[in-house]
Amino acid sequence: MVGYNGKATISRELCAEMTPEKAENRSNIKLTQELRSIVGTDAVITEEEALRPFECDGLTAYRELPLMVVLPSTIEEVQRIMKACSENSVPVVTRGAGTGLSGGALPLPDGVLLSLTRMSKILEINAPARTARLQPGVRNLAISEAVRHLGLYYAPDPSSQIACSIGGNVAENSGGVHCLKYGLTVHNILQLQVVTVDGELLTVGGEALDSPGYDLLALMTGSEGMLGVVVEVLVKLLPIPPSAQVVMASFDDIERAGQSVAAIIGAGILPAGLEMMDRYAIQAAEDFVHAGYPVDAAAILLCELDGTLEEVQDQIEKVDRILRDQGAADTWVARDEQARQRFWSGRKAAFPAVGRISPDYYCIDGTIPRRELGKVLIKINELSNQFKLRVANVFHAGDGNLHPLILYDANKPGELEQTEELGNCILELCVEVGGTVTGEHGVGVEKLRPMCLQFEDAVLDHFHAVKAAWDPETLLNPGKAVPTLARCAEFNSMHVHGGNLPFSNLERF
Amino acid sequence: MEATCRSAIWRDSELTGADETGQLVETIEFAYGNSQPLRIRGSGSKFFFGHSIVGTVLDVSKHAGILSYESSELVLTARAGTKLSEISEALSESGQMLGFEPPYFGKDATLGGTIACGFSGPRRPFAGSARDFVLGIKCINGKGEFLAFGGQVIKNVAGYDVSRLMVGALGSLGVLCEISLKVLPKFELEMTRIREMDETGACKEMVRLAGFSLPISAMSYCQGLLRVRLSGTENGIQAAQGVVGGEVDSSGEEYWLQLREQQLRYFNRNQPLWRLSVPATTPRLPFADDCLIDWGGALRWVYTDQPADSVFMAAKQAGGHATMFRPDAHWPTNRFSQLSDPVAGIHARLKSAFDPAGILNPGIMYADV
Repeated sequence: MVGYNGKATISRELCAEMTPEKAENRSNIKLTQELRSIVGTDAVITEEEALRPFECDGLTAYRELPLMVVLPSTIEEVQRIMKACSENSVPVVTRGAGTGLSGGALPLPDGVLLSLTRMSKILEINAPARTARLQPGVRNLAISEAVRHLGLYYAPDPSSQIACSIGGNVAENSGGVHCLKYGLTVHNILQLQVVTVDGELLTVGGEALDSPGYDLLALMTGSEGMLGVVVEVLVKLLPIPPSAQVVMASFDDIERAGQSVAAIIGAGILPAGLEMMDRYAIQAAEDFVHAGYPVDAAAILLCELDGTLEEVQDQIEKVDRILRDQGAADTWVARDEQARQRFWSGRKAAFPAVGRISPDYYCIDGTIPRRELGKVLIKINELSNQFKLRVANVFHAGDGNLHPLILYDANKPGELEQTEELGNCILELCVEVGGTVTGEHGVGVEKLRPMCLQFEDAVLDHFHAVKAAWDPETLLNPGKAVPTLARCAEFNSMHVHGGNLPFSNLERF
Repeated sequence: MEATCRSAIWRDSELTGADETGQLVETIEFAYGNSQPLRIRGSGSKFFFGHSIVGTVLDVSKHAGILSYESSELVLTARAGTKLSEISEALSESGQMLGFEPPYFGKDATLGGTIACGFSGPRRPFAGSARDFVLGIKCINGKGEFLAFGGQVIKNVAGYDVSRLMVGALGSLGVLCEISLKVLPKFELEMTRIREMDETGACKEMVRLAGFSLPISAMSYCQGLLRVRLSGTENGIQAAQGVVGGEVDSSGEEYWLQLREQQLRYFNRNQPLWRLSVPATTPRLPFADDCLIDWGGALRWVYTDQPADSVFMAAKQAGGHATMFRPDAHWPTNRFSQLSDPVAGIHARLKSAFDPAGILNPGIMYADV
């Protein structure tokens, strides 16, 4: 996706914070030799040109070259690498496919980047138990492809599923368009093998539906590589539903579209997918892929139902009726699989489509209680006018995850900074209405500041204590996911109200 | 930017709980200052569970009430002392339910106790567990600090998932104050099919049926009978019946309730009751003749004369774990499967991060947790 060319000032501050003290060259050479003796010469990269592809993840605004990249092939190698790094007090950033959108896999200049792409085998498929044991580098979509002949699939389907890896999915607790019904990664995994910062191998979770002690499986999921290195994942598989059907509705009024979502769920229907797009997003998508969207509509809603043929038939008629009762201008039921795919094509292409109508865009990832949608969209519209920046809205309506896409031009002086400020205002709004600053993209380096808005110091303190329980020396992905209290104090003193910066006469860069 | 968007419901709720929360905070602060162990109590319906511990009883049952519930959001927030029956009634009025079908084990069972124990009923393998439905928890740690983790939205990856860590922690990391849950719509129709079958056959049949995309919401085997509950639309259930086979069990609803509450005749034995959580594919357990099976094979309720160590070992070998669920008065050994050393180390460090003086239900799960 089109990246957000973030502010260099923030990137510099972060690096200053994440870098304790630059390790001396001599000890680097010693560590390089040590790691080469573990994984072989070709699996340790130190040349600048070869390091370049690892300098960023899906959030391309933040770039940094790591000290070196290490590519282990076995769990034992990961254990020995972690032990060596920990003995040398060298920080480690774990990287999967590098598709993350919040800079969680941004390298550290004095740290090792641990790339798990060589660990990409499907180790075991157990059809009767409906599980698959995977190395962390297995691609999300490859799981479903490997078990399709058994009539099974892996439910979480993040939009990057062609490329993203299961290890990364665990680190980010990835969702997808079907998570209202089928849950997030945390609901679809059973067991992890985790290498700790000092090289010990832990089993977290189990083959049964629960395990003794604290729920460390839930704690590890979404922990952004801060607690341990996930080296093996046991996932649950589901039987492929025999039928899936989608209905599309257009609305003249976006709030009415929001009310229809409430009405569908209130009627006892749990759709497999429930997506909303506003006018900008509809028009951009239609221009791009010609999905047959009504370009004059203020909003469209896509509602997918799956299950047995009979269930889907019962429910699709019910949903169609509800949408009409709620004042949909028009509704269309996809009559065949081809039509269903076409309805979805526009939604799936929404981000790149917006990328075509604007030189740059910045994707926000807030979640709100659904009932607040109307108010939030009105407020976003006001903010959009105030900042003179267009915003297209794509909404996982079923689970309240809102993706406003701010359209901007990085080449226009100051527009980048304005975009970032608008983004923060939108996230602040999400927190105010009882939501959260990140629904599915993670905090990484990108959302450290909004984290200060969402959490009180005492809670942030406990997050740091949780990390310390696993990683007392703070060597795993240091500086990411949870802001320091000092950083929050600094951010909060800079807190912007109504677009007015304190000391607005001072220069900022 | 002005903060103008909060809903009226949420604002009210935040105000009314202040007194009780304040009292709990004070009590815990005092206990922390005096290193006084506390034994957290809701209604006491699950006091049988976990190790017997000594401590001043901290009664949280008055900290009760549903704080916010909007059916179209599928989210409910209630104080920990709220009775499950009250929650269930409120949800029922809107045609909704708690998806994990929690056992009560007493008519006054509270939400807090249910979440602290992490108990889930027959629907668990098909809809999810208690922890799967928890979206946010407000709690008081062992120093008397009031903390809010997670939130009230279904998708939320900001910060570590401490809310879910609290589920099943038996109060050892914090005194639960408020819990936000995702709830589910009730199904249009439920029907139970029943078939005669031996235990070995039932173990296989449950695994076979789970491989189909069917509207199954519970599967259990008890004393020669396999029961399968279907939940869905009328036509959906009609179609699924053929695959499931057997006959309609007219007392199906009662069976699932009695299974959930451990009121079936099977549970009348005057002997310690084991809970074995194992992969659903685990065949009949040789040492537990004719055990009661729930969760489509993944949960086995077992009476046995085997020594505790061999039950723990058998569960481990099957890929799961065992819990002494209802011990007799003098149960001597551990009630939970042992943790590996590094995992136990993480437990101890998490415990001391949330409860540095070790005053919250100390030793309820393991010696130092």
